[in-house]
Amino acid sequence: MRHDGSRIETVAAWTLALLWLLPLAYCFWSAFHPAEYATRFDLTAPLTLENFARAWRQAPFARYYLNTVLLVTMVLAGQLVIATLAAYAFARFRFVGRDIVFGLVLVQLMIMPDVLIVENYRVVSGLNLLDTIPAIALPYMASAFGIFLLRQTFKSVPNELVEAARVEGASSFGVLWRVFVPLGKTTYIAFGLVSVSYHWNNFLWPLIVTNSVESRPLTVGLAVFGAPETGVDWSVITAATIMTMAPLLLAFLLFQRQFVQSFMRAGIR
Amino acid sequence: MVAAAMISARPKTAKRLRWAANANAWLLLLPALVLLATFTHYPILATLYHSFFSLGRSGPATFVGIENYQAMLEDDVFWQVLRNNLVFALATVPASIALALLMAVWVDRKITGRSFLRLAFFTPTVLPMIAVANIWLFFYTPDYGLLDQILRFFGFSGHNWLGDPGTVMTCLIVMVVWKEAGFFMIFYLAALQTIPPELKEAASVEGAGRWYFFRRVTLPLLMPTTLFISINALINSFKLVDQLVIMTKGGPNNASSLLLYYIYEVAFNFWDTTYAATLTVTLIAILAVIAITKFVYLDRRIHYQ
Amino acid sequence: MKFYTKALLAAGMITAAGWGSGTAHAVDLTMYYPVAVGGPLTNVVDDMVQRFQKENPDIKVQAVYAGNYTDTMTKAMTAMKGGQPPQLSVLFSTDLFTLMDENAIVPIDDLVGADGKGWLDSFYPAFMENGRIGEKTWSIPFQRSTIVLYYNKDAFKEAGLDPEKPPATWAEMAEMSKKLVKKDASGNVTRWGVEIPSTGYGYWMLQALAIENDQRLMNETGNKVSFNEKKTVEALQYWVDLSRKDQVMPTGAIEWGTLRTDFLEGKTAMMWHTTGNLTAVKDAAKFNFGVAMLPAKERRGSPTGGGNFYVFKSATPEQQKAAVTFIRWMTSPERAAEWSIKSGYVAVTPKAYETEAMKTYVQGFPQAVVARDQLQYAVPELSVHENGRIYKIVNDAVQAAVTGAQTPQDALESAQKQSERVLNRYR
Repeated sequence: MRHDGSRIETVAAWTLALLWLLPLAYCFWSAFHPAEYATRFDLTAPLTLENFARAWRQAPFARYYLNTVLLVTMVLAGQLVIATLAAYAFARFRFVGRDIVFGLVLVQLMIMPDVLIVENYRVVSGLNLLDTIPAIALPYMASAFGIFLLRQTFKSVPNELVEAARVEGASSFGVLWRVFVPLGKTTYIAFGLVSVSYHWNNFLWPLIVTNSVESRPLTVGLAVFGAPETGVDWSVITAATIMTMAPLLLAFLLFQRQFVQSFMRAGIR
Repeated sequence: MVAAAMISARPKTAKRLRWAANANAWLLLLPALVLLATFTHYPILATLYHSFFSLGRSGPATFVGIENYQAMLEDDVFWQVLRNNLVFALATVPASIALALLMAVWVDRKITGRSFLRLAFFTPTVLPMIAVANIWLFFYTPDYGLLDQILRFFGFSGHNWLGDPGTVMTCLIVMVVWKEAGFFMIFYLAALQTIPPELKEAASVEGAGRWYFFRRVTLPLLMPTTLFISINALINSFKLVDQLVIMTKGGPNNASSLLLYYIYEVAFNFWDTTYAATLTVTLIAILAVIAITKFVYLDRRIHYQ
Repeated sequence: MKFYTKALLAAGMITAAGWGSGTAHAVDLTMYYPVAVGGPLTNVVDDMVQRFQKENPDIKVQAVYAGNYTDTMTKAMTAMKGGQPPQLSVLFSTDLFTLMDENAIVPIDDLVGADGKGWLDSFYPAFMENGRIGEKTWSIPFQRSTIVLYYNKDAFKEAGLDPEKPPATWAEMAEMSKKLVKKDASGNVTRWGVEIPSTGYGYWMLQALAIENDQRLMNETGNKVSFNEKKTVEALQYWVDLSRKDQVMPTGAIEWGTLRTDFLEGKTAMMWHTTGNLTAVKDAAKFNFGVAMLPAKERRGSPTGGGNFYVFKSATPEQQKAAVTFIRWMTSPERAAEWSIKSGYVAVTPKAYETEAMKTYVQGFPQAVVARDQLQYAVPELSVHENGRIYKIVNDAVQAAVTGAQTPQDALESAQKQSERVLNRYR
């Protein structure tokens, strides 16, 4: 039995949801219709893929895709390894200065590499890495967030399991690899999804450290492609915009539940 | 504590083991610490250091004391972007939190089309800000953008949304709320699911209305989540500048510029890196204040348990 | 860390070696270039580079599109400061002082051979002005422009105006604009009279108005500006009045990027824009349009604009020579004509207009030479030390005025004050 109040709420929720999808719907409309319909809404307008073809021809999007995939893979792989090791140390070892060091790690939660662009640029250019994909990845490689999450997970691993592995003669690394890593699976997935979507979308830092097509990720490629000075051809730009977000959007639509749960898990502290 | 357990297992070799554990731990931490030192700690200190020096475009950089800071205090644009950032934070944080809460409460219930609603609210979160900015730029375009077309349909005249200093900030705020609310909804959703259903049953037995229950039970229980989200949203509002690159370049006349974007401009368009360092120190100070507030009031428990 | 860096570097080198192995003896050049107008111009540049490489197999040019002028300058400087400077670039002709202050570029005179002098003199003198300081030539014109007035002939007819008589003076432009404004039943404007863009290149438009009011904005050594002169203020006042008093132009900042679309969609009957957009307008216009020189107050006039080739100091002598070979190829009459036809930019040498391709094109499309003819009234574009910063200051002032946040007088006084502070150290 539903009463009126809840029906009104349902309507309100749906209205908000449709409003929320409106900008995206607009984007899809103009990308899939000829340019003359970009600003005119007519249900009889013919569908076309020409805008995508033109965007693809006008800028090296294939290369941008490759760069972004490389970037995201590199960041994630680095983050997982480095955070696993560090989290293991924090969760399972008692050593001198642990709390201070942990505090130093947490500094990065507040003052992220995103705001240290000026000095990080100096560092990266000092390492002679400008205009490379590692230059984009390195500042994010040690993720305080990842260390924090995994530490929480590792702390909840029951002692009996650790002891059992020890009795079987496993080394420190063996314990980590055979006990902790498998038990952290959900955390890894959660962190992985959050990290991938963050770095797929990251823009300002890659904009600063990349100069050429060979290292530009998709977001920078899109910004350069759509520079308003070029007199903005909306249909083509919206097509390029959709190309940029398509893989992530598609993955999200397919694995919606995992995404939402991962973000939820990553958010609970 | 497992570490302690491991160590106390064999008292005879305890000392040697402790040493080994120490070495082990530091080795495990090494990669993370090296990277953090290089890309977080050193840059913070270097920023502070460089802010006390002259640019030295021709000739060596010299120590100038607080000259850069004096210049900053006299810089109208600095005050403007600081003000803008404050407005931006004070508008986006409460608005997105309120909406996020509303969304979460809706989606948490057995509402018609629940998974569709959740999808709709959350989708903007996974999109790149750059792509979002492109879409909304189109949305706000005077005369033939979607917004003006809708307004025209209702008999209003078009407006130059992003070209008017009176409306540009609101436009960007609306867009950011749209982008962020779904993200915060997730945190509320997670928190709502930890509220035991028995509480609700008990309340309904006693005849408490939904609004009463929400106000007296749900809201207080969500308080820690709200604080957590507020802090995150606040920090976010100081680093969300991607949209400016696409939509306004901080204009018109700096009306939409934010602190980090100004730092970017000063550092990489004007190449005044010492002044950019000075501005960065301000930004770091703001973030540090937020961080300390968080430490003191929020999660001492978590960090030192 | 060190090991890590080394490993990365090694990996990078292996990749680089892999890519470059086929061209062991070629000279490699990297060039950044901007596009600030409509149309698929990156494809045009890529195509020209391909043809150049076919004709010059010993030179490899990697042309990198880096966004608008400011973005491209940022990229070139970022790359240079990071130790990987390009060997040549197309940048604002007005970035000269900044590039010299950064010690980034070399004069071209020393790099050209025996016939070099003749080549340098073959360009339109107006385009050489921004690139010459003292006896030295520091840059070579490539995508050069003046501002022109685009007008919708069909709208002129509809408003009872002679479509062959565009406005010749400020007063005429304001008067005609009033007739061209169209409103719907409820009083909302559906077509504006004229639009002058105020984002990105507001300083350029202001300079055009100032020139027409017989006021120069900077001195030759690039360390003094005259933003608060009475005549500059009058120029900005005229601009502001078009929207605030005459109500023939929308209020608020007008986007450089979307203005072309505004014109093509019939939202404005006239626009001020670079001639570099001409081909894009021609290809998309569904109405008859004309192109005219900018109207006069005291005199006709427009600043020149656009990008020049620069050769970077850090390049090896071999690379510098190769860069000049490339530049000469790109600016030869045939290529200059081709580039002009495909974009709308003014071809940089008179000889380009004597080529068959150009003659045929101009015959069918006389609008193509308006910007060139305007060169006789042209003045070098605003070019000072720390150009990027000064441009922002002026753009901010222009935007403050057109949005009504400040009066033209106040806005320009403040711009002058800020500029003085920046330029002080260059005197």
